[in-house]
Amino acid sequence: MFELILKLFGKEPASSKDIAKERLRLVLVHDRVNVSPQFMEVLKDDMIRVISNYMEINEKEMEVSLTNNKSSVALVANIPVNRMKRGVYTQE
Amino acid sequence: MGEVIVVTSGKGGVGKTTTTANIGTGFALLGKKVVLVDADIGLRNLDVVMGLDNRIVYDLVDVTEGNCRLKQALIRDKRYETLYLLPAAQTRDKNAVNPEQMKELCKELAQDFDYVIIDCPAGIEQGFKNAIAGADRAVIVTTPEVSAVRDADRIIGLLESEGKSNPKLIVNRIRPKMVKKGDMMDIDDIIDILAVDLLGIIPEDEYIVISTNRGEPAVANPVSIASTAYKNIVRRLTGENVPLMTLETDDGFFARIKKIFRF
Repeated sequence: MFELILKLFGKEPASSKDIAKERLRLVLVHDRVNVSPQFMEVLKDDMIRVISNYMEINEKEMEVSLTNNKSSVALVANIPVNRMKRGVYTQE
Repeated sequence: MGEVIVVTSGKGGVGKTTTTANIGTGFALLGKKVVLVDADIGLRNLDVVMGLDNRIVYDLVDVTEGNCRLKQALIRDKRYETLYLLPAAQTRDKNAVNPEQMKELCKELAQDFDYVIIDCPAGIEQGFKNAIAGADRAVIVTTPEVSAVRDADRIIGLLESEGKSNPKLIVNRIRPKMVKKGDMMDIDDIIDILAVDLLGIIPEDEYIVISTNRGEPAVANPVSIASTAYKNIVRRLTGENVPLMTLETDDGFFARIKKIFRF
């Protein structure tokens, strides 16, 4: 009944399928990271490789982690930069 | 050399045993020589679902421990010429067998049978490791629920780390009406999230309950919708290209007439 009223006023509630999909997406982000302990290390190495093309970074103090609040997951990276490289990749 | 297929899911109660029974019987209906292996040691059920529970003499652990020969433990299904069951032990636990023994067993069975179908226990512990050890390929069963899909994802990861890549997915207990209303995840959603190939979909079907009550796999029933779905899956497993069944919601002629009179 309540849903019917909402529908009449044009406020359709999110279908439960979409809620399920969203909850599943969130839970899998964490599950998939935890499946392999090396995941973060591999990601870190790849990031270092790419970023090093543009700048010199302090690899030892670099921190990469996943944080989450209720509705989203974020990859947070704290990467101290020692020096920018000059002229390697200037835009044309 | 036959093919060894493990039916797994992670989560319990999604239909692994029913799927194993129906796929196996489906192969037998095609004339393939097939053996079903119940790897759920301590909680055997495949025998009951198959209606062969009163014919067990020896079990899988008897074979691995050398109490009997493999042939003595195999139960031939009298209804289907080419269908056999290797039951699990009921009074032992998962640690009574190790992956090496399972590999050996699967190898031996694959020499005599076209298909060896292994019913994997729920969970990701020893029983799971035993069940997948000798498998050439894996079939994952899930239902359109967050918990079941989540566990399927975990299983896919674990299979990959064991070198069993490219598993195929069966989505069980789809309710077309609920999907249409937006109250159940549809196949595309699930496939998109899990990123695996779809082997087939099984619509919710009351006949599965009836056939399980009787101990006769549903796949042999000519009118059950789940039976058709399982037959399609079996044909796909043999390499045939069978299109997915369309999930009709009850909008046929009679359903419409009914609706008119009801309102």
